[in-house]
Amino acid sequence: MAVTEQQVRRPQLPGAADPPPEDDRRGALRRSVGRNLTAYGFLCGALICFALFSWYPMVREVILSFQENNFVDPPRWVGFDNFRSVIEDPAFRSAWINTAVFSGLALVIGYAVPFVLAVVLNELRHAKAYLRFVVYLPVMLPPAVAVLLFKWFYDPGAGLFNQVLDVFHLPPLSWLDSTSTALVSLVLVSTWMNLGTGTLIYLAALQSIPGDLYESAELDGAGLFRRVWHVTIPQTKLILLVMLLLQIVATMQVFIEPYLLTGGGPENATVTVAYLMYQYAFNFGDFGGGGALGLMLMVVLMVFSAIYLRVSREEAR
Amino acid sequence: MRTTRRGLGLLLVMGLGLVAASCGSGDEEPKAQGSAGADGPVTITVGCQPPKSNPKERTAWDADVAEFQKLHPNITVQSKDAFPCINPDTFQAKLAGGTQEDVFYVYYTDVQKIIKARQAADISQYVGDVKAAGDVRDDVMSVFKDGDKTYGLPRNNYNMGLVYNRKLFTQAGLDPDAPPKTWSDVQAAAKKIAGLGAGYVGFGEYSAGNTGGWHFAASLYARGGSMVSDDGKTAAFNSGEGKAVLENLKQMRWNDNSMGSKQLLQWEDLMRMMGSGKLGMMIGAPDVVQSVNNDFQGKFEDYGVTAVPESEGKASLSGGDGYMFNPKATPEKIKAGLLWLEFHELTPGKGQFNYARSKEQGRPVGLPIPDLYGDSAPGQEIIALRKQYATVPVDHFAPYVAAQSNITNKLEPPKAQELYAVLDVAMSAVLTRKDADIDKLLSDAESKANKILAKNT
Repeated sequence: MAVTEQQVRRPQLPGAADPPPEDDRRGALRRSVGRNLTAYGFLCGALICFALFSWYPMVREVILSFQENNFVDPPRWVGFDNFRSVIEDPAFRSAWINTAVFSGLALVIGYAVPFVLAVVLNELRHAKAYLRFVVYLPVMLPPAVAVLLFKWFYDPGAGLFNQVLDVFHLPPLSWLDSTSTALVSLVLVSTWMNLGTGTLIYLAALQSIPGDLYESAELDGAGLFRRVWHVTIPQTKLILLVMLLLQIVATMQVFIEPYLLTGGGPENATVTVAYLMYQYAFNFGDFGGGGALGLMLMVVLMVFSAIYLRVSREEAR
Repeated sequence: MRTTRRGLGLLLVMGLGLVAASCGSGDEEPKAQGSAGADGPVTITVGCQPPKSNPKERTAWDADVAEFQKLHPNITVQSKDAFPCINPDTFQAKLAGGTQEDVFYVYYTDVQKIIKARQAADISQYVGDVKAAGDVRDDVMSVFKDGDKTYGLPRNNYNMGLVYNRKLFTQAGLDPDAPPKTWSDVQAAAKKIAGLGAGYVGFGEYSAGNTGGWHFAASLYARGGSMVSDDGKTAAFNSGEGKAVLENLKQMRWNDNSMGSKQLLQWEDLMRMMGSGKLGMMIGAPDVVQSVNNDFQGKFEDYGVTAVPESEGKASLSGGDGYMFNPKATPEKIKAGLLWLEFHELTPGKGQFNYARSKEQGRPVGLPIPDLYGDSAPGQEIIALRKQYATVPVDHFAPYVAAQSNITNKLEPPKAQELYAVLDVAMSAVLTRKDADIDKLLSDAESKANKILAKNT
């Protein structure tokens, strides 16, 4: 195609069509790198940490799940054998059901309680700092200590909870020793341990809501419940949704509670996927099986997260 | 722009992942550790040095290391302390991370699993040089064998009995010198002990963390039952003996109310209860008394051990520990390790059998374990030394010792931990649910166990 004179003479915007000379480009890049050097330094630190402690173990787990590995001989690729083996395990089904029930119960109990607490704390006029400290205190306890504390609370004989029931002339409960109460008991421990973090996050979200909205609602005659329903919840919707996702991802990985309190019993009523994974890897010495279970859990959580994000994005539109 | 960024991010993550995978997928061939000539200097790392919290045993160990190194100047022993000596949870990690000792400590329960996983060195061609190994009881040596190959040496050996609190027996009006001989006796004694008041438990039993299945096996063997068929391919515990084990527990838990209300107990729970003086009886070997005395504030003189009721003429689940060798250890290290084990674990009057020193240090002497040699010459020598330097009331273990000649030691089943995990369900059901259907529990456990045994068998 021929080039017309007009095209040749057309004035050009500086830097728009003509590529800048090579030296200029390099200089700009150098200046840009120089300006952001500190940021890149911080980024590298974070990337190395994530690579070493998050991504590398994940990649290793994926590899392990397709191998038979005794950590002595070269590993042998076994395809999907590890997956077949764990799926055929009699405890596999119970573990998934228990994990799902635990997550469901944790949502019912553990998701609502911190929000309600945060709303109450936000409304309080006195002893705010003290009460926030009290609510956050359990988070400061090492998880193992908190769980063992509950082991004593749940003791069917001299345990705190049954002593309290006794004061009210109520019959004692078996708590951890009964298939019907064991999982709920673990949810209570988990909720208590993680209550503080959730409450603080909700509290921060609540405090970012402009006071004018509440004043307007009050002028319109809204009571506490309506203020919460029409102002607080819509204004904290984003945080609520994020917390919901985080809570499900965290509770699906429940391990320390069944490990320390029930050993998976009674009658496998508290065997969870993470606990079964531990059994495979460390008690049975089958890292391939443990890796396969871990990968399954990861895929389930990834699919769930993807669906959740898609739905919430569509809703936001 | 957004797509480009996302793409770059993905590339970065994938790149890092691939780098990580390639640098550590473990595909490389195992390398043998540095070797030395026949009499050249060799350094071995050995596990289970007593911890600093146990200064007397640690001093004795260190003195033994010094003496051994004097005898073998070319060998340096690097002791690695830990309490407990092995944590099965970290075993695989240590092996994978290359920090496993050259001579590492194991429980009997894990030996066959380790052999099958090829995680221990075959020492068959070197073990012939350990003269003492020839006198070790065949059933004890068989723990460390697979076919005609040997993978380790024992340090401790015992079989299960009934541990009881003599003090509580006296308080409950029972004769501590006439411990229960039948399960009816156990039930009656447990009822009396539980009747002493709130918090007293007549008979304690495990039911979680795979310990329930382990004790089920112990009770089953003592009744003459088996965990698996002779060829090891199918479960054999759904039998009259298996049913009797669970029915006995059900009787004591729900009808006699002599087992306490707190269940799902694991190893430490019963130790703590025994140490606190509130537990009357439990299945266990004499090493339980040792643990309760050393680590759980119990006192030797308060406890006694007898055979598992009704087990005479039958079998008892054997237990114990020993040492195996890192699969990457060189022949020189294996030879040096065997010399150390012979010196420290297998020689009467030396190492763990230096009872004169133990007495001098105020450590307990007189427990009827380890029983490595049976009636052979070294065995007799050890028994004589034990008697000579006894510091604990040996009479308290006399019923257990007397029954030994009529009881056969029986090893744990294949895939022990997996089977124990399955039987935890039956044990926890019987101890936590009054309406537990024993037949159904055993039948469910049998079908699960058969699936486990069928895998790679």
